[in-house]
This record gives sequence, structure tokens and C-alpha cells, in this order.
Amino acid sequence: MKQARFEQQYRPLWESLEQQLEQLEALRVSRKKRLPLDRFVADYRQLCHQLALARERAYSLELQQYLNNLVLRAHRQLYRYNPPLADRIGAFFAHGFPAAVRRQWKWHLVSALSFVLSIALAWILVQQQPEMIYTVVDEAMLSDLELMYQPEDSGSSDIHAGREGEDDVLMFGYYIKNNIGIAFRTFAGGLLLGVGAIFVMLFNGSFFGAIAGHLINTGGHEAFFTFVIAHGAPELTAIVLAGGAGLRLGWSIIAPGQWSRLDALRLAARDALPTMYGVFALLLLAAFIEAFWSPRDFDATIKYSVGAACWALLYLYLFFGGRNGTRES
Amino acid sequence: MLIDERYEVETPEGAMLSLSLAGPVTRAMAYGIDLLLRLLIFAVLAFVLGMLGKMGIGLLLIIGFALEWFYPTLFEALRHGQTPGKKAMGIAVVHANGSPLSFNGSLIRNLLRTADAFPLFYLLGFITTLISPRYQRLGDMAANTLVVHIEQTGTTRKQHSGPANPPDWPLSAQDQLALLAFHERQDQFSEARQQELAQLAFPELNPSQALQRLRAVTRYLLEGAR
Repeated sequence: MKQARFEQQYRPLWESLEQQLEQLEALRVSRKKRLPLDRFVADYRQLCHQLALARERAYSLELQQYLNNLVLRAHRQLYRYNPPLADRIGAFFAHGFPAAVRRQWKWHLVSALSFVLSIALAWILVQQQPEMIYTVVDEAMLSDLELMYQPEDSGSSDIHAGREGEDDVLMFGYYIKNNIGIAFRTFAGGLLLGVGAIFVMLFNGSFFGAIAGHLINTGGHEAFFTFVIAHGAPELTAIVLAGGAGLRLGWSIIAPGQWSRLDALRLAARDALPTMYGVFALLLLAAFIEAFWSPRDFDATIKYSVGAACWALLYLYLFFGGRNGTRES
Repeated sequence: MLIDERYEVETPEGAMLSLSLAGPVTRAMAYGIDLLLRLLIFAVLAFVLGMLGKMGIGLLLIIGFALEWFYPTLFEALRHGQTPGKKAMGIAVVHANGSPLSFNGSLIRNLLRTADAFPLFYLLGFITTLISPRYQRLGDMAANTLVVHIEQTGTTRKQHSGPANPPDWPLSAQDQLALLAFHERQDQFSEARQQELAQLAFPELNPSQALQRLRAVTRYLLEGAR
């Protein structure tokens, strides 16, 4: 069959497929304009056949290209996958996220250890030798910090006083941008053979430890700990989890095991992604608590008990959540 | 058709799909367009929300965060793998089997953007794109995605009427493709260039006769004898 006859014979089919594709590719189509799609799959199979024929018979490249693009578009529509979103989100928090964290507990343990040990080291160093604090923070920042967490009795300008709703929203935005950005970068940094993730854990750990140690020296620790205890649970946990997920990526390149490095990386990324969804949710929660609860001025006992409850609930959830649920693949 | 790396994918129906991979320059330009667009959105919102005081700044920070991290993911997941910049450059992200980009795939490749941006100006991403046989940056490798050109071609073209004669030599598939390609592209060449090309096929004829003869042969290939 010559090309012109071939085109003439099948062009109506191609044009009808193009119309169906336009409808499938649109985000929404008004009810009146909707075409029946019951022939789509059959038409698509025919089209695949015609593309093969066009190649076999060496029809012009332009025709082959046209058919190829049409097959490509139809292929994308036929094999797209969008299950309902709400069910998936519910299932994710019910068992997917805690299960994903437990599945990679080794990486999260390494990440947590590097974080906790660097906190402890910096804390002890600064408590033993108070001037060590200047190795992490400069003087201007330090006086800001001391002002923020002044001991309650010494007076006015601590963080609890003079804050209004507006400031809370401002800080909420700041915590979201800052903390979630750090978590995502930590994850990506893990790809650089894990160095980026470990670096973030050590850096933030020693920073936090040094500040805590210093504030104990200067007597501002109650203001500090009542402020951080509640949101610290989701926030510090999320940073550790992001570090663990990043380490998983880095290790897949260092020691891919029985896979090629590329395949190992793909598997690792797919494995680590649920954790990152969870990290995102935890940090949203942390930003919310940090902006709207932590600065409220309550009795230290209340703040400590709420904080302890946050830690307990979060770790109960991560350790035991979704153990009875259906297994997430 | 672009002179570019092509990547073949077999569909479950047994058809071979041919994807043309987008190189680093096209992608950098698409990124630049997206960057400008994001800065513009941010500047406009900064102006509007700046009037709302601290609450406005809080909202602005959240929007800035979303623009930085979710702008590419949302567009790629909802708009067939195309951010506005990619659309302007005629490229799209697809999975390596040619299927449309899923939300997870898009999220992986965009979360890992920071690693590709290391240490400055996407240097690492640029190097891996050049090394990778499929022009993938690190994020693409982890998500198993490709950035491909979306080609727009039609088959409508001017018909030249005239005689149709069979070729006087046994025609190989390669020859047929070359002749048909000439037929489709001849309008892009000047008359003199067409004659010059025609003489490659029929060196024994003079230029204008050679072109006549060549047109007759391509018409025969397309439509058969009259």
C-alpha cells in the first residue's frame, strides 16, 4: 500500500483519537462536550499496529513521527495512575508512615545517634568551659539569645511578653520556610554519599547542645526549655528522620549490594519517600505548635507536662502505629 | 525532527516509542523561565501582602517556601510533566518507560534538586547530565525519569501535481526514507538547492530535469502509478 492511500484510509481514526486525547488531557471537560471513550483502547491498539506498519514499509519520517507522537500521548493516558487521594492519605498516616520509619530504623538510629551525641558533647563542653560557646555563636547572636531567654524574675522583654496574633503568623511562616527547607536539604544532602546529611545532624546537634549548655550557665534554661519542649518532639524527630532518609540514599550509592548503583538508588529513593512525606507533616505540626503554643506563658509544670505528652505520643505512634494494619508494599 | 539523542521504549502493545531526550541547555533555559516566573509571582505577592503587616510577611514566607519546593512538583504532576518554563521550551518530564510522571516521581526528582544544585549553579547536576547516557541529573536517576522533547509535527503539506514514475533502480528502505524526507522538506529549500540535491540522485540529467525526475519518483512512492 502506498503512503498516500494509507494516510487516507486511517486519517479519520487518527483524528478521532486526537479528539479523544484532547479530552483526556484536559483537566476538566464540560458535560455537553464529552465524547464517548469506549473505543479508546481499541483505537489505540490499532494505532500501535499502524505505527509498526509505517516503520516496516518505510513511510516518510514525518508520518512515522506523527504516529509515534500520537502513540506516545495515548500511551500516557492509558497508563496513568491516579487512585483516590483521600484514602491514600488516611492509610499513609494510619500505618504507612510509622511502618516506613520502622523499616529503616537502622538509618534513623545512626542519624539520631550522631545528633544526640553531638548535642551531648557540645553541651558538656560548654558547661565545663563557658567560653567554648563562642566557637558556635558570635557575640551579637548570643546577646539576642540571652535576651530572649532571660530568667523570668529579671524582667520584661522575654519572648512571652508583647506577642500578638500577628507575630504568631509571622513566626509560623518563618518556621515553615526555615525548618522544612532544612529537612528537605538534609535529605538531598544525603545523596552526596551521606556526607550532607551527617553534616546537618552534627552541625545542628552541636548548635542546640551549645545553646542549651550556655543557657544553663546563665540561668535562662527554664524559659528556654519551657519554650522548646513541646514542638521539639516533632521538630527534632523530623530532622533526625530526614537525616536517616538521606543516609539511606547515600549508603545505596556507597554499598549497593546486589543491585547496580543506579537501581539501588532508585529503590532507596522509593523507600525513603514515605518518610519524607511524614517529615513534612511532622514539621507542619511542629511549626504550628512552635508558633501558637510554645510562646504562650503558662506555668512551667503545664508546659513540661504538655511537652512530655507530645514526646510520648509521637514515639508511641512511631513505634506501635499501624502494626496491625494491612502491610504497605 | 531534531538531531538529538533518541531513546527507544517498547510499549506493552509491542510498538516502539521513540523519545528525544532534552539536553542540559534546553533544560537550563526552561529552569530560567520558571525562576523568573517565580520571582515575579513572589514580587507581586510581596507587594500586596507587604501591606498586611506581620501577618502578610508570615503568609509571604509560606508562599515563598511553597514556590521554592512545590512549584515544580505541582506543575509536573498536574500538567503532564510540564512546568510553564518546560512548556515554553517544548519539553516534559516522563518516567523512563514513557508513561506520564506520577506525583511521587516528581516529588523525588524535585526534593533531590538541592543535591544537583551542589555546590553552586547546578554544577553537580550539569556534570551528571553530561555523563549520563540518558541526560539524567541525580534527581532523575533516583526517580527514574527522563526529560524529553515534545515534538509538534503535522502531516499537512503542499501537494505538487504532476507525473509519477517508478524509480529506475531497486529501492532500499533507506533510499525510500531519504526520498520521502526530500519530498516533505523540499519547500524549505530554494529552487537551486533542490536542483543541486536532485542531481545527487540523477547526475546524468541537467539540474531542472533532475528535479522534475526526482519529484516524479517521490510522487510515485507516495501515491503509486496513476
